[in-house]
Amino acid sequence: MPIKKDRLKWIYERMCLIRKFEDHVHDEFAAGAIAGFVHLYAGEEAIAVGTMANLRDDDSITSTHRGHGHCIAKGVDINAMLAEIYGKATGACKGKGGSMHIADMTKGMLGANGIVGAGPPLACGAALAAKLRGTDQVTACFFGDGASNQGTFHESLNLASIWDLPIVFVAENNVYAETTSTDYSMRVPNIADRAVAYGIPGVVVDGMDVFAVYDAAAEAVARARKGKGPTLLEGKTYRYYGHFEGDTILYRTKQEEQSYKDRDPILQFHKRVLEEGLLSEDQLAKIDQQTDTTLKKAKIFAAASPFPEPQECLEDVYVKYP
Amino acid sequence: MPEREITYREAINEAFVQEMQRDPNVILLGEDIAGAPGRDDPDMLDAWGGVFGMTKGLVGKFGSQRMLDTPISESAFIGAAVGAAASGMRPVVELMFVGFCGVCLDQIVNQGAKLRYMFGGRAKVPVTVRTTIGAGLGAAAQHSDCLYSIFTHYPGLKCVLPATPADAKGLLAAAIRDDDPVIYFENKVLYETKGPVPEGEHVVEIGKANIVRQGTDVTVVALSRMVNVALEAADILNKEGISIEIVDPRTISPLDEQTILDSVRKTERLVVVDEDHPRCSMATDIIALVATKAFEYLDAPARMVTPPHTPVPFSPVLEKFYVPDAQRIVKAVMAVVPQKR
Ligand SMILES: Cc1ncc(C[n+]2csc(CCOP(=O)(O)OP(=O)(O)O)c2C)c(N)n1
Ligand SMILES: [Mg+2]
Repeated sequence: MPIKKDRLKWIYERMCLIRKFEDHVHDEFAAGAIAGFVHLYAGEEAIAVGTMANLRDDDSITSTHRGHGHCIAKGVDINAMLAEIYGKATGACKGKGGSMHIADMTKGMLGANGIVGAGPPLACGAALAAKLRGTDQVTACFFGDGASNQGTFHESLNLASIWDLPIVFVAENNVYAETTSTDYSMRVPNIADRAVAYGIPGVVVDGMDVFAVYDAAAEAVARARKGKGPTLLEGKTYRYYGHFEGDTILYRTKQEEQSYKDRDPILQFHKRVLEEGLLSEDQLAKIDQQTDTTLKKAKIFAAASPFPEPQECLEDVYVKYP
Repeated sequence: MPEREITYREAINEAFVQEMQRDPNVILLGEDIAGAPGRDDPDMLDAWGGVFGMTKGLVGKFGSQRMLDTPISESAFIGAAVGAAASGMRPVVELMFVGFCGVCLDQIVNQGAKLRYMFGGRAKVPVTVRTTIGAGLGAAAQHSDCLYSIFTHYPGLKCVLPATPADAKGLLAAAIRDDDPVIYFENKVLYETKGPVPEGEHVVEIGKANIVRQGTDVTVVALSRMVNVALEAADILNKEGISIEIVDPRTISPLDEQTILDSVRKTERLVVVDEDHPRCSMATDIIALVATKAFEYLDAPARMVTPPHTPVPFSPVLEKFYVPDAQRIVKAVMAVVPQKR
């Protein structure tokens, strides 16, 4: 099914916003304005956006340490995201979580996560809640190639398969887990091949092509929504920056990096929509500008926001603790 | 032994070189402990050497047969280290951050810790589990815990937490040579700190506390990085004419009770400084020790300086509030000494 014009615009807008957001955070980290562990999503935009384009606001997602892209694609307020990354009181988590834990329960965004492989069990829970309540909500569970070697991943696929849970497991195979490439860390060529062990569909797509991701996700989401159970969807992709900010990136070649950048998801999209006459040069330029403005506002918002009061450290541990 | 100043990180690395040369059964396992595993390109060899560079250079010296980079499968590879230890190897396995222990706790506490006992003493498990602890890097709740106290709760595990480069080297050597499972806690804020470290073989006996600074008025037991914070406090207090005795237990299981009790009997006052969560902790354990074995010597209630009972917050402002600093130690010490003026 062709993608509607408004959706196409949304896809372009979200991909641009993620890229610009990440480039900005990269610069800010390099300038020493941001503390902690920061993992950037630049290069992988097509997966988050192509998947989320098929989700509703009331659907849920689980994320990873590399979560900014998932947040933006799920509609988390970028003012609150940026403020969180600086540790400001107006941040999505009031400064308690930082880059690695941005969440927005009102958007069904169950949190970026510092524990590799922690998302799949949580996704099973979100999907179970939907199933037991008889809603048709779907959960998308994002995780990396490295996470697919974690026991929690395998246990969750099994659980989701026997209970026909409405989940799309979205493997973001960006070739590396830190410095460790998938040729070393697994014997099967594709993460999706592992679906066989759990009797569910396993699908591999080009994760640099948002159209391909969109189509595959559409099918997997529809299947989940109809109560037919989970799908394991794998997007082959690449992260442009290091594993985390500060990484020296000695484990991959410049040629390899370039080979992915040549297929950049945003440039590819740009080219294709023009070639096929789906969007005009003007429309794209306008979206580009809009995203600049959105990011600029977020920067102003974050900069103007106060830090939390130190005492706020003590709040939010429990709902009630006499 | 001649000494020179090196960093905590270099001291750890030196202990590895020393122990790997000494015993071919010593192998290392962990995620990206060398880096770029399986790649032929010599420029990529050792791409990381551990997330903080602690194991850099070892793969070049000892080869990838003894420096095993692992997939992200902590249950499997930490369990494998336990199993290999029970089968005659002497593995050192890295759990990158202690907060990840939830992923693989069974293999450590139910397997590693208990095999010997359950088998009636007919097994030994000489495994070392290295892990990193501590707040201060803005790494937020899942990457900043200390959690060493929970491991002391398990009979069968030994726990060591070096605060200085010299102890980092000596305790790592001791942990590796020890025939029981030892959990070795590296404080990630200490990697760049420098101190004198003996060249050549250096082993620090497990179970021996260190009196870091002699004093007369108050015993301050400080753990891991808090030793340095206590030293800062000691300088401030000195100017007030108060002399504290800083005791670094160095190993918390077994705990050198004697050194702590002797110090308290001398100063008659106790403050414990612990960066771990405050409930059921080393701080409460040490105070319980003194309350049960030296209560009559105490001239004031013991005090503990710890973070609040919360996870570690991200924001630099909140994290600063969270981690005990020298001023908090000074306040606690002032509260237990009689006012001189
Ligand atoms: C349980 C656990 N083990 C190890 C880590 C350290 N770590 C953080 S990200 C990462 C690599 C993750 O690789 P992958 O799942 O492929 O995601 P990517 O970073 O490539 O997006 C590792 C090993 C962690 N955070 N949690
Ligand atoms: Mg990866």
